[in-house]
Amino acid sequence: MNTERLDATFAALADPTRRAIVARLARGEASVLELAEPFAMSQPAISKHIKVLERAGLIARSRDAQRRPCRLVVAPLREATDWLERYREMWEARFQKLDNLLEELKEKENRHVRKTR
Amino acid sequence: MSEKRGSGKLEITLPSDTEILMTRVFAAPRRLVFEAMTKAEYVRRWWCCMEGFTMTVCEIDLRVGGRYRYVTVGPHGEMAFNGVYHEIVPPERIVHSEFFEPHPDGLMVTMTLEERDGKTYYRSLLRAVSKEQRDGVIASGMESGADLALDHLEDVARSLDPAHRAAGASPVAIARG
Repeated sequence: MNTERLDATFAALADPTRRAIVARLARGEASVLELAEPFAMSQPAISKHIKVLERAGLIARSRDAQRRPCRLVVAPLREATDWLERYREMWEARFQKLDNLLEELKEKENRHVRKTR
Repeated sequence: MSEKRGSGKLEITLPSDTEILMTRVFAAPRRLVFEAMTKAEYVRRWWCCMEGFTMTVCEIDLRVGGRYRYVTVGPHGEMAFNGVYHEIVPPERIVHSEFFEPHPDGLMVTMTLEERDGKTYYRSLLRAVSKEQRDGVIASGMESGADLALDHLEDVARSLDPAHRAAGASPVAIARG
């Protein structure tokens, strides 16, 4: 696990605007102008967010075209979500056992209620 | 009820650089969820979530200023957690510290249970002292998750063994078994 890269990924994704940009790019590449559209933000402000995402290696920009569209680089994103997903799986495994225990406690209570009625 | 348990999957988000937020629905009244989460005899039943691990210590002194300590033993040794209860409002709220031994920095955990239509909405906010610590907590899940993944890989490797294939076993079937 490359922790430095993970740090950069998490830091870049800590901002809601940048998460929205990533979500938009997940649907396909877009120019800075197109990315700025849904936000009440100036183009330089959006460009700043894009630079953060670019430095974190989450997006890449093609050099050739005039509009220089941005596209998503999937690998670091996947690494970051895998990381959190494993932690989630560990707790979910616990909670599934807890579900079973709760079913048992509910049944026990129901039996008790029936008996005392 | 169409779904037997009717409980949702656990969701985990990172609301800030130093926090982890867990939310989940349990298909039981919160009185029972609270009991299952605070009585040692019950915690023993669910805290230890992986094959090959056993819970050797589960002590709970449920009062403000009281301590708890959980120890599990697995293939790579012992894992111990402890903490102190700061606030207890049965059956709806507990605030406690959490230390992963022997690390000196702890987390502050605020757990709340809300009941609606017989279901319990669980919410647990973990606050770390730094982003590094927060990430370390998540990485602990990575390690245990990696153990599970390795176990599975072993099954797959075994299924690819020529001896098994000669017996006519399908690799996929063995990997699932």
